[in-house]
Amino acid sequence: MNKKMVEEEIREIADSWKGKEGNLIMVLHEIQNRYGYVPREVSLVLSEILDVPLARIYEVITFYHFFRLTPPGKIKISVCMGTACYLKGGAELLGELEHLLCVKPGETTKDGQFHLEVVRCLGCCGLAPVLKIKEKIYGSVKKKDIGDIIAQYSEETEAKEAV
Amino acid sequence: MGKTVFIKDTTIGGKDRTRDVYGILLGVLRERGLENNVQLVRVVDIGVYGQGVVVRVLPENFLYTHVEDADIVGIVEQSLIGGKPFAAKLVAEGARQLRIVLRNCGVIDPESIEEYIAKDGYQALAKVLSDTPEKTLQEMKTSGLRGRGGAGFPTGMKWEFTRKSPGAQKYIICNGDEGDPGAYMDRSVLEGDPHSVIEGMIIGGYAIGASKGYFYIRAEYPLAIERIEKALHQCREAGLLGKNIFGSSFSFDVEIRLGAGAFVCGEETALIASIEGKRGYPSPRPPFPSVKGLWGKPTCINNVETLANIPVILLKGGAWFAGIGTASSKGTKVFAVTGKVKNSGLVEVPMGTAIEDIVYGIGGGALAGKSVKAIQTGGPSGGVIPKEHFSTKVDYESLQQMGSIMGSGGMIVMDEDDCMPDIAKFYLGFCVDESCGKCAPCRIGGTQMLRLLTKVTEGEGTPKDLEQLEQISHAMQKASLCGLGQTAPNPVLSTLHYYRAEYDAHVKNKKCPACKCAKLVRFLIMSEKCVKCGMCFKACPVNAISGNRESGYLIDQTKCIRCGQCFEACKPRAISRS
Repeated sequence: MNKKMVEEEIREIADSWKGKEGNLIMVLHEIQNRYGYVPREVSLVLSEILDVPLARIYEVITFYHFFRLTPPGKIKISVCMGTACYLKGGAELLGELEHLLCVKPGETTKDGQFHLEVVRCLGCCGLAPVLKIKEKIYGSVKKKDIGDIIAQYSEETEAKEAV
Repeated sequence: MGKTVFIKDTTIGGKDRTRDVYGILLGVLRERGLENNVQLVRVVDIGVYGQGVVVRVLPENFLYTHVEDADIVGIVEQSLIGGKPFAAKLVAEGARQLRIVLRNCGVIDPESIEEYIAKDGYQALAKVLSDTPEKTLQEMKTSGLRGRGGAGFPTGMKWEFTRKSPGAQKYIICNGDEGDPGAYMDRSVLEGDPHSVIEGMIIGGYAIGASKGYFYIRAEYPLAIERIEKALHQCREAGLLGKNIFGSSFSFDVEIRLGAGAFVCGEETALIASIEGKRGYPSPRPPFPSVKGLWGKPTCINNVETLANIPVILLKGGAWFAGIGTASSKGTKVFAVTGKVKNSGLVEVPMGTAIEDIVYGIGGGALAGKSVKAIQTGGPSGGVIPKEHFSTKVDYESLQQMGSIMGSGGMIVMDEDDCMPDIAKFYLGFCVDESCGKCAPCRIGGTQMLRLLTKVTEGEGTPKDLEQLEQISHAMQKASLCGLGQTAPNPVLSTLHYYRAEYDAHVKNKKCPACKCAKLVRFLIMSEKCVKCGMCFKACPVNAISGNRESGYLIDQTKCIRCGQCFEACKPRAISRS
């Protein structure tokens, strides 16, 4: 990353929150929106700009589940493990995804295509069990459907669609 | 007045036919020259799920489900021309429901302030501002409204405490950090009727003497954030936020702060820390936020559902509201009825409605071929209520007597396939994950309890473990710093209380009666029923099944990983699970 460019971008974000008390979390949200995660270089720059110790920034990042320190995969698959989804077979969906993608929750596939994660509730318990791929919600998913759903997002399919 | 028709294909999976039905309906209307008198709307969410094509006719509010193309002419002639219900597909909706909080959800366009105003929106605010804040406080106390976030503290009193606390700067916060897995009413209100929450907040700000409000919303709810942002912008343009609202001396503005995925931030003091940009650590109370809250100033925190109640209460009067519900719990409560139930979704019922009316009457009972075993209310902080006690009426006190809590309104229905120690382990696992780690009882107690429950569900438990579970539970309840740790043992205690026999079966007989705990389940092929088709042999992922189509098949218990694939693959049901 080009340090000067990063500095400019961060300064822009930080300036929009300047003078507002307790802005750190909101600034981090915007940074994550832009980069997909919070890179260490950015935290270093942010610490200088906001005049907040780096430890305080990391303290906040590591406390909240939402912030990430590593780049996410291209396509994020979130499996809901809220109570309703758990009862209706969320764990089975997760097992099948782990098996198909050869990753554990919180990991990215080797080709960087998929990132698998467990979330606590997507707020559509009426459709349980639910999983979310990119921003699309799949409701009442059955274990046997998973292969087909994933295939829609595989690299080959995407390449074909691009043609 | 012209009519409005909402259309949505609610079929799950399969092709979305909303557009086709829209086209047919438009065609029928054109034939009769009615296309300019009827407004057709393809809605994104109609509040009914999995019921085929759903059509709602307004203003009469006739709801039709499983609408086939052939029904459309009937609907047009009976309802749109005749103004009468089309009996064949009509659903008697909400006979037992009373919608106060959800009054506008699915009825108005949430992104239009005009539609909200047309539904008496911001009239309560105008009325309140023309009188003294004391009058509002009095009205709120008369209404008997209690906090809908879970604890049930009277809202009028909370406002009064904050008003009476010394200090020039005060804050009001809307808690939209709906973290309970299995509850989503706050999200629905924020997305479906954002202005009602904002109006409730402005009124609250006036009553307690705050000039600034904060929305704290989960970052996982992007649409809710977007809608609130939009609604706030509309309010500023309309002069409903800013300086001298409605020409009064009252000035108020609102900012949004996002949560970042921490369950503990639903706790008042932790939420405040999070808005201040710090880790969401709770702090000991007293001092209560009403005395020393956000940046050390008196602060009032109200839940989304609580705030959505307020405009109606002040418009219709506290006495009207107090007339709904039971002696100690007034008004209505929204429940998210989910899990193993036919009609899952949000329901709003008056306080004092019996659980059976919600689960069987509105929810439609268990899924096909199953029977309901229990419900769980209050999420990870609540407890289970077995079906034998379904005559219990829902209000704050009755649920507490049953060893559960009202909580934010999650109501998870469980059936005979659900194992109680496993459910307790699930909820405890959640709390252990979400524990902030500040105080020892919650950090250490939770982890130890989870270890014990894991032992129980894996068949390694002893009777002494159950005693120890109870001991740690009581210690956590007494010694934890905040609500999370104090209530985390509730699911364990309540399942131990009602389903002791199930725990005993796990510990003494090493059996899981619900056949849920993988390590305690055994799959066996019953030779008398087996047709030797070999499907189980093919399905087994670890080659634990041996044999051939002549001699039949056998499961090697030492190799079996209890995945249940053979059980599912067996057509003649010749595999037993015990």
